[in-house]
Amino acid sequence: MARVGVEVSIALSEAVGLCNADVIAAYPITPQTHIVEHLAEMVADGELDAEYIPVESEHSALSACLGSAAAGARTFTATAGQGLELMHEVLYVASSMRLPVIMAVANRALSGPLSVWGDHSDVMSCRDIGWIQIFTENGQEVVDNAICSFKIGEDKRVLLPVMVHLDGFHLSHVIEPIDMPERAQVDAFLSVNDYPYALNPDNPHAMGDFAPPVVFTEAKWAQEQDFQKSKAVILEVWKDFEKQFGRSYKPVETYRTEGAENLLFTMGSFSETAMAAIDKMRDDGMSVGLVRLRLWRPFPFEELRDAVKDAKNLIVLDRALSIGGPGGPVCSEIKAALYPLEKKPKIVSIIGGLGGRDITVANFEDIMKRGLEIAEKGSPNEYEIYGVRA
Amino acid sequence: MAKQENKITWQEMTPGCIVSEPGNASQYKTGDWRSQLPVHNFKKCIKCGLCYVFCPEACINETKEGFFEADLFYCKGCGICAHECPTGAIVMKDEEEK
Amino acid sequence: MQNYSVFVPKLLPKRELFAPGHRGCIGCGEALAVRLATKAMDENTIIVNATGCMEIIASQYPYTSWRLPWIHTLFENTAAVASGVESAIKVLKRKKRIEDRDIKIVAIGGDGATVDIGLQALSGAMERGHNFTYICFDNEAYMNTGIQRSSATPFGASTTTSPAGKVGKGQFSWKKDMLAIAVAHNIPYVATCCPSYPFDMIEKVGKALAADGPAYIHCLSVCPTGWRCATEDTVKIGRLAVETGVFPLYEVVNGQYKMSMETPELKPLREYTSLQRRFRHLTEESLDLIQERVQLEYNKIAERAACAPKLEK
Repeated sequence: MARVGVEVSIALSEAVGLCNADVIAAYPITPQTHIVEHLAEMVADGELDAEYIPVESEHSALSACLGSAAAGARTFTATAGQGLELMHEVLYVASSMRLPVIMAVANRALSGPLSVWGDHSDVMSCRDIGWIQIFTENGQEVVDNAICSFKIGEDKRVLLPVMVHLDGFHLSHVIEPIDMPERAQVDAFLSVNDYPYALNPDNPHAMGDFAPPVVFTEAKWAQEQDFQKSKAVILEVWKDFEKQFGRSYKPVETYRTEGAENLLFTMGSFSETAMAAIDKMRDDGMSVGLVRLRLWRPFPFEELRDAVKDAKNLIVLDRALSIGGPGGPVCSEIKAALYPLEKKPKIVSIIGGLGGRDITVANFEDIMKRGLEIAEKGSPNEYEIYGVRA
Repeated sequence: MAKQENKITWQEMTPGCIVSEPGNASQYKTGDWRSQLPVHNFKKCIKCGLCYVFCPEACINETKEGFFEADLFYCKGCGICAHECPTGAIVMKDEEEK
Repeated sequence: MQNYSVFVPKLLPKRELFAPGHRGCIGCGEALAVRLATKAMDENTIIVNATGCMEIIASQYPYTSWRLPWIHTLFENTAAVASGVESAIKVLKRKKRIEDRDIKIVAIGGDGATVDIGLQALSGAMERGHNFTYICFDNEAYMNTGIQRSSATPFGASTTTSPAGKVGKGQFSWKKDMLAIAVAHNIPYVATCCPSYPFDMIEKVGKALAADGPAYIHCLSVCPTGWRCATEDTVKIGRLAVETGVFPLYEVVNGQYKMSMETPELKPLREYTSLQRRFRHLTEESLDLIQERVQLEYNKIAERAACAPKLEK
């Protein structure tokens, strides 16, 4: 395994190449452009034998992926922010029609106002779409989970599309030290895509029937049941990955939470900054720890409850704002997940890092301080936003 | 034979609502729709097959003797065959109350 | 073209790739058109279908009228989905994961799905040169959702969103020239067809399937429900559309225009419009203006065909 310093977008494209993707639908949007550009280079140089479709919009990008996955090809695309919104209706179809499409999303703030910089508002508009969704925190995780996503999505027990989330700019454009797997290792890990319902004249299926009211509920419940079952396969694949590559992934990751009274909760790349802040606060004698969600969908209820149930306070930092709603979208899901517990921490919702704004180690310390203040004294607000100039 | 929609349980739903029985919609009796039906007079029929060509239901078939006749299981009674027949061998008649 | 050889219908393949038992309206000209189009296809075909009449009548779960591999996803993305299918088949053959045989990709959409909401995807697919055939079944409105106007609705036609009333007089714009748009993409084969001329239609679909690259076919589909005409007149009205010059039959092969039949004198427009209640509100004056424009548009096509060097059959 060669450990290289490489821009994360480039590493991701290389990983898709190692997975021998068959069809790539590509439409450029900041900050995902380096991914599709490098894939184009790889195809042009003969490094990757794939059909590269430079489509005319993101809606067509994902639509082309539907056709490609339906025909049994290993399919990949990437998008961000507005692109994810433009393909919104297609997202639901990919999952309900059980088409394994792997998509990298360089999370970007949604307009308006226009922002090309990173936050989680794009992914938060996609909570109900029925895709498996994995969050990453550094370049290695992006590469590893891109590879795992193909194995998960194409598994015959799953047959679902998978999104790999990486923070726009904060991850996509940074150079990180990454252990790039060898082609032989990935070949051994991934089997050839064998989609059981591929469009083929020898076995004509009709895909995409409409459902009258009398069967629609059954169709959605069947989809939901199958979606829940995918979690077991996700864990299995991560275990296999660990055996072969030595790196482990869990639905909920914890950092120094043993005996911690106060927990910080983050998702995405600023979790690593949060870890540095936790270290510093612990050195200062505070009883703190960090919890991060890696598996966003299917939501890991058990693992989350297990990770936080003994804490006194849980400060959730969301990187998206649900206007007029119950504060941070992730926080509202966490509150819902913890509601049935007899014993649960006090939960505080704080929003920060919108539109590419950095949260530094010092900022995290501030957030923890403010969070604990609110936990103790309460607040007239449902949630607070960090760092807004007033 | 596909199960009736209102009896399918969620466990019986196919993944992605895929239908793997090509052409199974031909179980559906569209013949119940019509209010008039084609009456064929084989004495005038020249076996040209134009009625077969122009039927939107694809329900006109060649008989053993080579004439063409509508399958009343599907025939919706549109009247195109009667209208296009070059010899007037097909006449539309009102359906009777059953 | 009306002198049918009595033997010709018997040269059509018997198999119905679009099975009876579909839920099309009585006398549906579009269902007839789809059926005839499939007569040019064989089992090595994959159908990509847009949302619309043809999709709804043929695919109520748990049934399908199709005896071919078939996929429907959304309304405006048919050409994009077809691009994906075509690319996948291409690469899977190249990587030897599927047998190397000729599989035709046929995209089917109505006028709404093609000329309006699906235009972007179609333009992209044609520009990229995917090897597929796109057939637009044009019943001149959004019929499946209840007869709303599209940009393919003919001038003056009354639809639910361009109704004839005390002030409004039906569709206010001329039918969008989708054929010219297709020709502008420099694709190898573009043609118009109509099921009232079944053998011409089947031949054209065959040529489109055989073309190396994108092929576009625009098929007039008479809709008794939406055009408010008698169900038995479906084929007759299609014929009149051609004979009056409203819907000329022609091909554009590698940019060269070719008329499919000689009609030195066009029949009077009123023979066509008088059979359809969607035109009944039109005044004599309006009909005259429309007839003039029909003649003008027809002449444009005929002139282009006249200039073209003689095409080999």
